[in-house]
Amino acid sequence: MRNKLATQSLFALSQPGRRGAQFPAADVPVKPLEELIPAQALATEPTGLPEVTESDVIRHFVNLSTLNMCVDTHFYPLGSCTMKYNPKRHERLSSLPGIVDLHPYQNQADLQGMLGLLYEMQEMLAEISGLPAVSLQPAAGAQGEFTALLTAKAYFEDKGEKRTKVLFPNSAHGTNPASAAIAGFDCVQLASSKEGLVDLEDLKSHLDDQTAVFMVTNPNTLGLFEKDIKQIAQMVHDVGGLVYIDGANMNAILGYTRPGDFGGDMMHFNVHKTFTGPHGAGGPGSGPIAVRDFLADFLPGPVISHDTSAEEGEAYQLVTPPKSIGRVRSFYGNIGILVRGYCYLRTLGAAGLKAVSENAVLNANYLKALLKDVLPVPNGDLCMHEFVASASKSKAANGITAMDIAKRLLDFGFHAPTVYFPLVVPEAIMVEPTETESKETLDAFAETIVKILQEDPEFIHQAPHSTDVSRPDEVVAARNPILQCCESE
Amino acid sequence: MSYLFNTPEQQQQMLQTIGVNSLEALFSTIPSDLRLDRPLDLPPALTEMELQAHFSKLASQNVGPADRVCMLGGGAYDHFVPAAVDEIARRGEFYTAYTPYQAEASQGSLQTFFEFQSLICQLTGMDVSNASLYEGGTCVSEAAFMAMRVTNRHNRVVLLGSLHPEYRQVVETYLKHLNCEVVIVPCKDGSVDPADVDAAMDDQTACLVIQHPNFFGTLEEAAELTEIAHRYGALSVVSYDPISLGILSRPGDYGADIAIAEGQSLGTPLQFGGPYLGLFSCSEKFVRRMPGRLIGQTVDRNGKRCYVLNLQAREQHIRRDKATSNICSNQGLIAIRAAVYLSLLGKQGIREVAELSCQKAHYAADQLSSVEGIELLFPVRPFFKEFAVSCSEGADFLLRKARQAGFDLGPELSRFTFENNPESYQTAVLVAITEQRTREEIDRLVTALKA
Repeated sequence: MRNKLATQSLFALSQPGRRGAQFPAADVPVKPLEELIPAQALATEPTGLPEVTESDVIRHFVNLSTLNMCVDTHFYPLGSCTMKYNPKRHERLSSLPGIVDLHPYQNQADLQGMLGLLYEMQEMLAEISGLPAVSLQPAAGAQGEFTALLTAKAYFEDKGEKRTKVLFPNSAHGTNPASAAIAGFDCVQLASSKEGLVDLEDLKSHLDDQTAVFMVTNPNTLGLFEKDIKQIAQMVHDVGGLVYIDGANMNAILGYTRPGDFGGDMMHFNVHKTFTGPHGAGGPGSGPIAVRDFLADFLPGPVISHDTSAEEGEAYQLVTPPKSIGRVRSFYGNIGILVRGYCYLRTLGAAGLKAVSENAVLNANYLKALLKDVLPVPNGDLCMHEFVASASKSKAANGITAMDIAKRLLDFGFHAPTVYFPLVVPEAIMVEPTETESKETLDAFAETIVKILQEDPEFIHQAPHSTDVSRPDEVVAARNPILQCCESE
Repeated sequence: MSYLFNTPEQQQQMLQTIGVNSLEALFSTIPSDLRLDRPLDLPPALTEMELQAHFSKLASQNVGPADRVCMLGGGAYDHFVPAAVDEIARRGEFYTAYTPYQAEASQGSLQTFFEFQSLICQLTGMDVSNASLYEGGTCVSEAAFMAMRVTNRHNRVVLLGSLHPEYRQVVETYLKHLNCEVVIVPCKDGSVDPADVDAAMDDQTACLVIQHPNFFGTLEEAAELTEIAHRYGALSVVSYDPISLGILSRPGDYGADIAIAEGQSLGTPLQFGGPYLGLFSCSEKFVRRMPGRLIGQTVDRNGKRCYVLNLQAREQHIRRDKATSNICSNQGLIAIRAAVYLSLLGKQGIREVAELSCQKAHYAADQLSSVEGIELLFPVRPFFKEFAVSCSEGADFLLRKARQAGFDLGPELSRFTFENNPESYQTAVLVAITEQRTREEIDRLVTALKA
C-alpha cells in the first residue's frame, strides 16, 4: 500500500534549502561572476527547480517505477513492437569503463576497440540483411527510414532522375508515410489483398517512372510473409524504383531469409526490438540501415572502415562516403544501444539467431491455435512471429471490444497486446509472444482470455479494476492540456 | 540457448497443437527459392564469461577518462553523474518498459516524463516541453520544421555560423532537399554580429537559429538576436547548454519561441556520442504544432489524478503523412536520467555546477594563455565553460603534447568546415572544463605544456 506522499509530484515535495547533491568548493581563485559574464546575460533569479534530498528523489522515483508493467516483471505480448527479455549482461558490458565513457572527439588511435566493435557490428548486420553497406547513424527505426529515403533520393538525383512518389501498403506503420513526407515525397497508399498481403493489381496500377521507393514490412504487420515479394520487387525494379524493407519484424526470419535475397534494396534494423536493446519506456532506439552496393556512396557519414594496411592504431577509421547525403544526427549513432545489440549477436551466433526466429514463430502459432475459437484471425493459416486477431465476434455477441480485453488483461497481470492496429482489421488485437516466453506462460495467457470473454460485459467495460488508476479521461486531457506540474500542488 | 524457454518435448506438443510436423514447416510460407541455404556467416557464439573477457579486451584497446583527463568538448561533456541517476535508470521497471500507450500499466513512466517536462520548463523558462527528441542536432531540424509550419514560410531559415557544425550539417541534410534555403550568417571573432543577422533576415524567413553559448563556448547576443527575429516575423530558436542555465538568463526570459538543447550533460555518460537526449520546449501557443511525445495530466474514471500520452492526434501513428514529425521511439530512458539529475541538483545544485564550470574554465583559460605559443582564439569574447585556443606550432602539436601528459583536449577546429573559414582556425582547438576538473589537473597540464 502506497501512501499519499508516494505519488505526489516531485515539486510538491520541495522545501526551500533541501538538496540532493553537493559539490566541492571551488579550488581555483573565484572571481565575481559579473567579471566573467556580461550582466545582461546573467539570470536575475534562480531556476524553479525543486529542492529535495537524495532520499526523497530515490523514494519518489522507485515508488513511481512500481506503477509500471515491464518485461522484467510481466508477459508483454505486444504486437508490432517486439518486447522480449533484455539480457542483464548487456547492461553490465555496455557500462564498462573504456566503453561507456568514450568521448566522440577522442583521437581515433585511442578508440580502436570501440571502432572495431562497431565495424564488426556493420559486418554482422550486412550478413544478416544480405545488403553489403551499413550506416549505424540513425537514432531510431523511423530515422532509419528517413535516412534511406534520402539516400534513394540522392541516388536518383545522381542519375539525373527526379522521382516523386513513395508507395506503401495500407497496413504500414505510421512512420513509413511520415518519413516519406518529411523526405519530400508524395505518399501513395495501396490496398491490401483479401489475404492481407500487398495487392499486386493495385501496386501495378500505381507503378510508373515517378515511383522512387516502395516501402514494405516483411513479414508484414499482419504477421504474414509477403510470399510474392520477389515478384513485387521485380515489378518495382522494372519501373526503375527501389524496394525498402521496414525491418521491424526481422526477428521472424533471422537466418531463414534475407531482405537482400528477396529483393530489398534498403532496410533498417530496429536494434531495440530485434536485438534486445531495452525499450526504455519509449527509447532510446537505434535504427541502422543496410543498402545495396550501388547506394553505399550516398550513405550518411561517417561510417567505419577497416584498412588492414594502415599504421598501427589506425586500422579502424571514421570515413564519410564520397556522395554522402550528409549527417542525420550529430556524432555517430546511438552507440550504447548498438553495443547491446552487438552483445546479443555475439552471444547467439548464427545457430542461436535462427533458433530465435524458430521459437518466436512457434510461440506465435501456438498461441494463435489456442485462441482460434474465441479470437479468430481473419488472415492467413500460418503466421510468422505475430498475428492479428479480431474481437469483432465478441463485440457483436456481447459488446466486449478489443480495448476491453486489453484493459481487463492488466488485472490478471498481463500487459495488453497492441489494439486497433493495423487499421485493416476491425477490432484488431495484435499479439507477439516472442521467443523468450514459455509454454506455461502462453497457456495461462490463453486461458485468461477465454475466461475474460465469459465475464459480465459491464464489469469489463470498467476494467482494469486492480491498477493504480483506471481509464484516464483522454478527451479532457486533450481539450485542456496540462503539460507541467502546477505551482499550487 | 540461454534465452529460450521451451524444451524439445514442449516444442513437440506445441507443434502438435498447431498441426504441423516440424519447426521448419512453420516457415512454409517463405518460398523455397528465397530461403538462405547456408548458415549465416557470423562470429562464433560466446558464453557470458567469454563475452565478458572479449569486452575487457575491447575496452583495453580504448583510451578512456580513466587513463586520461577529459577536457574534450564540442557538444558532449564530462559532467559528474551522481550515483542515484544510474540506480533509478537501471531499474527494470523503467528500462524494460514499453512506450506508455496503456496508461494504467505505465503510470510510473508517465508521471516521470510529466515531471521531466516540468523540470525542463523550470530550467528554460519556457511554457511547454515534450518528452524528448533524439539529440541536439536533430532538434534543430525539428525546430526548423515547426517554425516553417507555424509561420507558413517554407523556403528559408537562417542559422548563426557559430552553431555546432554537425548540427548545421544535420539541418542541411533535413532541409536542403525540400528546396528550403539554409542561410548561414558568418561568425566573426567567436560570435555573430547582430547587424549581419539583421541583414540576412527577411520577411520570408521561418526562423533564426541561435546557439548560446555557441559552438566555440562564447556568448551570443541572444536577447538582441531574438528581437531581430521577431521584427521579421520569424521564430527565435535558441540552442542552449542546459548546465549554463544555472547562471545565464533563460531562453523563456528573453522571449525565445523554441528552446532546444543537447541534454547529455544532465546525467548521461559520454558513451561515444549516444544515446543522448534532445530537449525541446516552446511557447504554449505552438503546442499543437510541436514534434514528439507529450504527457498530460488528467483524471481517471474515479476522478483520481493520473497521466496519459496527450495530443496524440499530432503523431505519426494517427496522422501518418500529415504528422508533425516521424518520431516514434524517443529517448525515454535518457529523459528519466535527466529528470533524476535535475531533481537531485535542484535550484542550488544547478547553479553550483554552472558556477564551478565557469570559474574553473576561466582559470584554465588564464593559465593556458600564459603558455608561450598558446593564446585564446577569441580573447575579448565572454565564454561559459568552453573556449578555443590556438597554438603557434599547430593544433596537432598541442593535442599530442597534451596527450603525452595525460590530457585530452579538443576537438580541433580543422575537423570541421565553417562558413567564412578563417586561417586562424587551422591551428586551434576547443578546451572544455567542467566542475569535475581540478586546479591540480589544470596546473599539471600547463606545466607540461610549458616544458
